[in-house]
Amino acid sequence: MTPEILTSSLQLSVPELMLAVGAMVLLMVGVFSGEKSVTMVNGLAVALLIMAGLVLVLVTGNGEAFNGAFLSDPFAKFMKVLALIGAITAMVMTVGHAKAERIDKFELPVLFVLATLGMMLMISANDMIALYMGLELQSLALYVVAAINRDSQRSTEAGLKYFVLGALSSGMLLYGASLVYGYTGHTGFDEIAAAISGGERSLGLIFGLVFLLAGVAFKISAVPFHMWTPDVYEGAPTPVTAFFAAAPKVAAMALFVRIVIVAFEPVTLDWQQIVVFISIGSMVLGAFAAIGQKNIKRLMAYSSIAHMGFALVGLAAGSQAGVRGVILYMLIYMVMTLGTFACILAMRRKEDGNVEQIDDLAGLSSTNPFMALMLTILMFSLAGIPPLAGFFGKYFVFVAAIEAKLYALAIIGVLASVIGAYYYLRIVKIMWFDQPSGSFVPVAGELKLVFGISGLFVLFYVIVSNPLGLAADVAAKTFF
Amino acid sequence: MGLQALFFYLFAFVAVASAFMVIAARNPVHSVLFLILTFFNAAGLFLLTGAEFLAMILLVVYVGAVAVLFLFVVMMLDVDFAEMKSGALEYAPVGALVGIILAAELIIVLAGNTFHPAAAGSGASPIPALSERTNTQALGDVLYTDYIFYFQIAGMVLLVAMIGAIVLTLRHREHIKRQDINQQVARTPETAIEVVKVKPGQGI
Repeated sequence: MTPEILTSSLQLSVPELMLAVGAMVLLMVGVFSGEKSVTMVNGLAVALLIMAGLVLVLVTGNGEAFNGAFLSDPFAKFMKVLALIGAITAMVMTVGHAKAERIDKFELPVLFVLATLGMMLMISANDMIALYMGLELQSLALYVVAAINRDSQRSTEAGLKYFVLGALSSGMLLYGASLVYGYTGHTGFDEIAAAISGGERSLGLIFGLVFLLAGVAFKISAVPFHMWTPDVYEGAPTPVTAFFAAAPKVAAMALFVRIVIVAFEPVTLDWQQIVVFISIGSMVLGAFAAIGQKNIKRLMAYSSIAHMGFALVGLAAGSQAGVRGVILYMLIYMVMTLGTFACILAMRRKEDGNVEQIDDLAGLSSTNPFMALMLTILMFSLAGIPPLAGFFGKYFVFVAAIEAKLYALAIIGVLASVIGAYYYLRIVKIMWFDQPSGSFVPVAGELKLVFGISGLFVLFYVIVSNPLGLAADVAAKTFF
Repeated sequence: MGLQALFFYLFAFVAVASAFMVIAARNPVHSVLFLILTFFNAAGLFLLTGAEFLAMILLVVYVGAVAVLFLFVVMMLDVDFAEMKSGALEYAPVGALVGIILAAELIIVLAGNTFHPAAAGSGASPIPALSERTNTQALGDVLYTDYIFYFQIAGMVLLVAMIGAIVLTLRHREHIKRQDINQQVARTPETAIEVVKVKPGQGI
C-alpha cells in the first residue's frame, strides 16, 4: 500500500477513526477520573458520536479504501447516520436509568461507542473479512453490555445466552464465507459477483450463501434464528435493550442488503427464495407469538422480529424500489422503537422501581396524558395505521414486492400486519379504558424529549416524507 | 513421498484417536492432556503441508495458552464432570442423527464439485514461492501493509474483550489491605515506633 493510497484510505474512514481513538480516550478518562465519572464519559461519548456523524455527512467523500475492504458510498452514509442516531438516542436515555439501577459504570458508554464503531465497519464492509471483523466487534461489545448488570441473574443469563448463540451464528457465517471463498476464489464482494457471473453457479456456492445468510439472519433476529431475541430483550437492562433494538438492527440489515445485492447479484433467484422464506416466517411468527405476551419488553422483541420480516419483504423484491423501501422502513422502525422504549423506561414506580408488565400501563391516560398520547401514536404507527409513519414504511415495501410480482409475499405481509395490529391496539385499550393501578414517578426530561420527538415524527411523517424519500433514493441508487 | 505419507498417516491417526479420547476419557485432566496431544499432531500435519508458521502458532497459542488455561480451570474449579456428562448419552442419538445428515449433505454437495480455479491455484502456489520467502516472512509482508485494516480491527476486538472481562468480573472489595509503598517509605521512627519505659516488675 503506497502512502498516497493510505492517506486517501484514512481520509475516507475519518469517522471510524474518530470513534476508535475516541473510545480509547474515553476509557482513559473514565479510568483516571474514577467510578463516578459515568455522566461525564457518557456526555463526551454522545458528543463524540455527534461529531463523527457531522464529519460523516459534511466531510467524508465517496470511494473505496484499504484495497477495497472499506467502502464509503451514499448507502453506507445513510445507514451510518441512522445507526449513529440510534446509538446516540439510546445513550442519552441510559444515564438516568443506569444511576437508578446501579449499573452506572463508565465502561457502558465506552462499549456503546465500540459497538457503534463495529456497526459502521459492518455497514461499510465490502469484503468478507471486513464484514466478519466489524460484526464481531459489534457483537462482542453487545454481549458484554447485555450482561452489564452482573448482579442480576436475568441480565447475566441474557448475556450468556446471547454470547453462546451469537458464537454459533458467527461460526455458521464463517463457514459460509469460507465456502463462498472456496467456490469463487475471492473475498471481496465485487470480485465474488464477477466470479459468479462468469461461470455457472455451483451447488457449493449456494450452500455457502445459505450459511452466510443464516449468520446474518441471526443478527437481525429473523425466523428461524430468532430464539434469543425475547430472552435477551427481557433480561438485559432496558436502555441496553433499547440500544439492541435500534442501531444493530439497522447495521445488520445494511449488511444483509449489501451482501445479497452486491456480492450475490448474479444468483438473485437463489437468495430471493431464502429471503422470502425468512421474511414470511418472521412476519407470521412475530404476529402470532406476541399476542400472548404479558411483558412489554418481550412484546417489543416479537414486534421487532415481525418488523424485520416486513423490511425483508422489500429486500426480497431485489429492485431499487425494494432497497429504498428497506432503507425507509429501517428509518421508521428505528424512530418508533426508540420512542416506545423511552416510554418503557418511563414506566417507573416509586415503590417497586421499573415495571415491565403491560398491565402496569392501565389508566395511563388519566395519570400521564402526554405519555399516553405519544405511546398511542407510536402503537398505531407500529400497527401500520395511516397516515402515520409505520403505514408508509409498510406501503413502500409492499409496493416494491408487488412490482416484483411477489404477490403471495405481499398478501401474507398484509395479513400478518392485520394480526399484529391486535396486540398494539390492546396496549392502547389498556391505557385509555382500564382502571389505573397506580401512577408512575414523574418522567425524566430526556425520555420525554425522545418519545415526544418520535411521536411527532411518526405523526407528521407526511410532511418530511419528501426530503427523506429523496435521500433514500440517492442511497438506494448506489446499487443500481 | 513414502516417508511423508507415512508421517501423514501417523499424525492423522493419532490426531483422530486422541480427539476421540478427549470426549471419551473419564478423568477431565486426561481429557485436556489428550487435547494437547491432538494439537501437537495437528501441528505436525501443518508442518507436512509446509505451513510452518501455522504449526508453531498452534503450539504457542493453543498448547501454551489455551490448553494450560483449561488445565487450570479443570483443576481449580470443583466441577462435577461425571454429572455433567451423565445427560450426554441421552442426547447422543439426536446429535448423531443431525451430524450424519449434515455430513451426508456436505458430501453430496462437495463430491460433485471442484473449487474455483482461482482459489485452488492460489492455494497450490503461495505467493511468493516457498523457496524465496518463508511463511512467516510472507505473512509479515502483508499483515502490516495490505491487511493493516483487518489487523487494526482485530486489535479493537481484543480491546473490547479485555474491557468486557474486566467490567464483568472485577470487584472492588472494601477493607482490603493493599501495599502502599509511598506510605511505607514515608514512615519515620516517630510514627512507627513507640518507646515505652517498662518499670521493673510491672510489665506493660
